[in-house]
Amino acid sequence: MYSFDPTEEQQMLMDAVKKYAENDLRPAAHEAEETTELPKKLIGKGWELGLLQASIPESYGGFGERSAVTGALAIEEMAFGDLAGTLAVMTPSLFATPILLAGSDEQKKEYLPRVVAGEWSPFTAALIEYAFDFDPNDLKTTATLQGENYVLDGEKAYVPFARGAESILVYAKLDGQSQAFIVGKEAEGLSVGEEREKLMSLNALPMYRVKLENVKVPVANRLGGAAGHDFDILLASMRIANAATAVGVANAAFEYSMNYAKEREAFGVKIAQKQAIAFMLAEMRTEIEAIRLLTWEAAWKLDTGREDAANEAYLASTGAADMAMMVTDRAVQILGGHGYIREHPVEMWMRNGRGVAMFTGLAIV
Amino acid sequence: MPIEFEAPKPITNAQFVLKTVAEEMMRPKSRYFDEHEHEIPWDYIEFMHNAMKAMGGSSLAPKENGNGKDADKEKRPPIGYQLIAAQLEALSWGDVGMYHCLPGGGLGAAAVHSAGTADQRVKFLSRFNGDKPTFAAMCITEAGAGSDNSAIRTRAVLDEKTNEWVINGEKIFVTGGDKSFTEYEKLGRGFIVVWASIDPSAGRAGMRGFVVEGGTKGVKVVKLEHKMGIRCSDTAAISLVDARVPFENILGSPTVEKNNAGFKKAMATFDATRPLVAATGVGVARAALEFLKEKLAESGVKIRYGLPRQKLTSIERDVIDMEIMLKSSWLMVIKATWMADNKKPNALEASMSKVKAGDVATKITQKVVEILGPLGYSREFLAEKWMRDAKITDIYEGTGQINRLVVARQILGYSGAELR
Ligand SMILES: Cc1cc2nc3c(=O)[nH]c(=O)nc-3n(C[C@H](O)[C@H](O)[C@H](O)COP(=O)(O)OP(=O)(O)OC[C@H]3O[C@@H](n4cnc5c(N)ncnc54)[C@H](O)[C@@H]3O)c2cc1C
Repeated sequence: MYSFDPTEEQQMLMDAVKKYAENDLRPAAHEAEETTELPKKLIGKGWELGLLQASIPESYGGFGERSAVTGALAIEEMAFGDLAGTLAVMTPSLFATPILLAGSDEQKKEYLPRVVAGEWSPFTAALIEYAFDFDPNDLKTTATLQGENYVLDGEKAYVPFARGAESILVYAKLDGQSQAFIVGKEAEGLSVGEEREKLMSLNALPMYRVKLENVKVPVANRLGGAAGHDFDILLASMRIANAATAVGVANAAFEYSMNYAKEREAFGVKIAQKQAIAFMLAEMRTEIEAIRLLTWEAAWKLDTGREDAANEAYLASTGAADMAMMVTDRAVQILGGHGYIREHPVEMWMRNGRGVAMFTGLAIV
Repeated sequence: MPIEFEAPKPITNAQFVLKTVAEEMMRPKSRYFDEHEHEIPWDYIEFMHNAMKAMGGSSLAPKENGNGKDADKEKRPPIGYQLIAAQLEALSWGDVGMYHCLPGGGLGAAAVHSAGTADQRVKFLSRFNGDKPTFAAMCITEAGAGSDNSAIRTRAVLDEKTNEWVINGEKIFVTGGDKSFTEYEKLGRGFIVVWASIDPSAGRAGMRGFVVEGGTKGVKVVKLEHKMGIRCSDTAAISLVDARVPFENILGSPTVEKNNAGFKKAMATFDATRPLVAATGVGVARAALEFLKEKLAESGVKIRYGLPRQKLTSIERDVIDMEIMLKSSWLMVIKATWMADNKKPNALEASMSKVKAGDVATKITQKVVEILGPLGYSREFLAEKWMRDAKITDIYEGTGQINRLVVARQILGYSGAELR
């Protein structure tokens, strides 16, 4: 059957997340972006919603079951509030969710309870690299087997909360494939840059370069153990998360500019009464819906183990990049000169919107 | 039911069967009927009529509810509109023009179905299960009233002596008008639904649909249009001069209320039919995209999915973008019809699906012709025909602009007066 209704439980979760997004994340977003600081309390409150905890079974310290559909629904709602805040709240999943999905039993036992027990703490992952043609399936960071250890070499970029992170899940190329390795903060040869990344947006999210020089990782710390793991599902989960956050950001921009257009007057009518504006809004809404449905389908395919799930996630994430840019650009246009001024959030969303093309790896469902 | 994307069995079955029909009965004749405009594809019509009868009902109009023997089926979530959407998509993958020659009620029956009484449904719709293939058509558009269909001039006046409506006016662009009205030996008696005003001073509130039986005196097919595409589908101009129809052939109330209820009901038909028209656009777009991928594969071009944009060739980017458009457009059709099946108000989703499909069908078919270069433009292949066929998606059942207006009014909460 086709069906488009979230379950009651999902709806309750979405409502709770929406409340947090609207009452907490959104009001704090502007200042966080300008001061480059996200209040710890704000992150803590988001963490208490328990999105990650609810995706981890009781036996590993959580209280639920992971579903990509649920994750996509929730993270869209949160990103509607603020993208940087969302990525910060969800950073520990970058470390925990791959372990849940692909880790060995020992890895799950050792790490999952530590991540989800108690307060938000900086566990993170490093996928992105600093190259114009960065390709998650063709990493420049390498892993080579030397005796009991894998040796990692390379440089990672855009790693959230790398400074102070307990452990980092580092992706590297091993025998032509992307594989993840659990690297503790004390590992020799691991160095986190002093300076934060300076990007067009996400200024509130502390991200760093991470260098790996001859870092030795015990074989047991390869994700999934010596046999490794399937990277495709992890990448698909990241792409779905990326697409879902894009939908949230785009929806924020759409709603804000629509409400503005219903208030703002020009030539004696509300600007929304002009077709040039109304048609932009209609197309924004239509494209948001298109990518939202594609994202849901990809998530559903992942949850049900369909063969084409990974490809669908790729299509959703690729489509989301265009959609988010288009929608957020138009939101600025609808506000005119006022849209260009930082007092209104649309310019930030437009900067976020362009980032969707680069952000795969900053969130996972 | 939670969020799910599993196509129900009846849909996958229909898609399977209709793919064969499309490949065997439609594609081989596509070019012929494109080049012989106004010839009627009798073989296809008869085949489809028999095939649909064998499948248990010849009308594509959704089955009636409250019909005792279906009580068991009704416990399952209804999928009538979703199924029709899948059927139309599959047939339009075969040939959009020939799809319009599918016997059954089409838009005319849809109007009776949504605006008529139970008696009228029985009286007018049961013919589609008869021995001969039978057609019906919808006549709203006039030379002076297209998008603004409240401007129609056709009048219906009640002759109280005979208790008949007397209709005068001229309709244009009636899809299937010829097959629905002209009496062909191989066809059952069809009808056209003519929209007319019973009280011009009342504006929209005075508009009603009238079922005009095939062969009615005073009604004439005066012209068949020559078109850019869907040339197998007849597009008729029909004149009505003192045409008399029985009193009970009016759809909706014979008296004029203060509000627009009658007109709104007519427009509500669109909430059901727009996603179906969108589905036909998705079908032809899929045909074009699949053809492109075949031709590329033959030439040894592989599409490397999964790569970042920066590493893709321009053709790969185009193909991937087209797939995103096509898949998401289809999901919008499914969502809009799913809402219709579940009696959820879907005016927004119906029009969004049509906006999207109008864009997607035109963009994909045009891009495919471009990428295929001299092959795409050649009449040796069907790509150029599909581009001509696809364009209609963005014009009928509300142009792209009109559907944008509907979407905008829905999201803004505006009336027609506030946003025109
Ligand atoms: C092949 C074919 C089959 C058809 N089948 C049927 C049928 O079966 N039954 C039937 O009744 N009709 C049918 N139609 C008619 C079709 O629905 C109309 O052509 C369509 O609604 C547009 O009307 P129009 O051609 O008068 O264009 P117009 O209304 O004159 O529009 C011209 C342009 O102006 C734009 N426009 C109009 N109003 C606005 C506005 N308010 N804001 C912004 N832009 C606007 C339109 O989008 C369009 O781009 C068919 C047409 C064709 C070509």
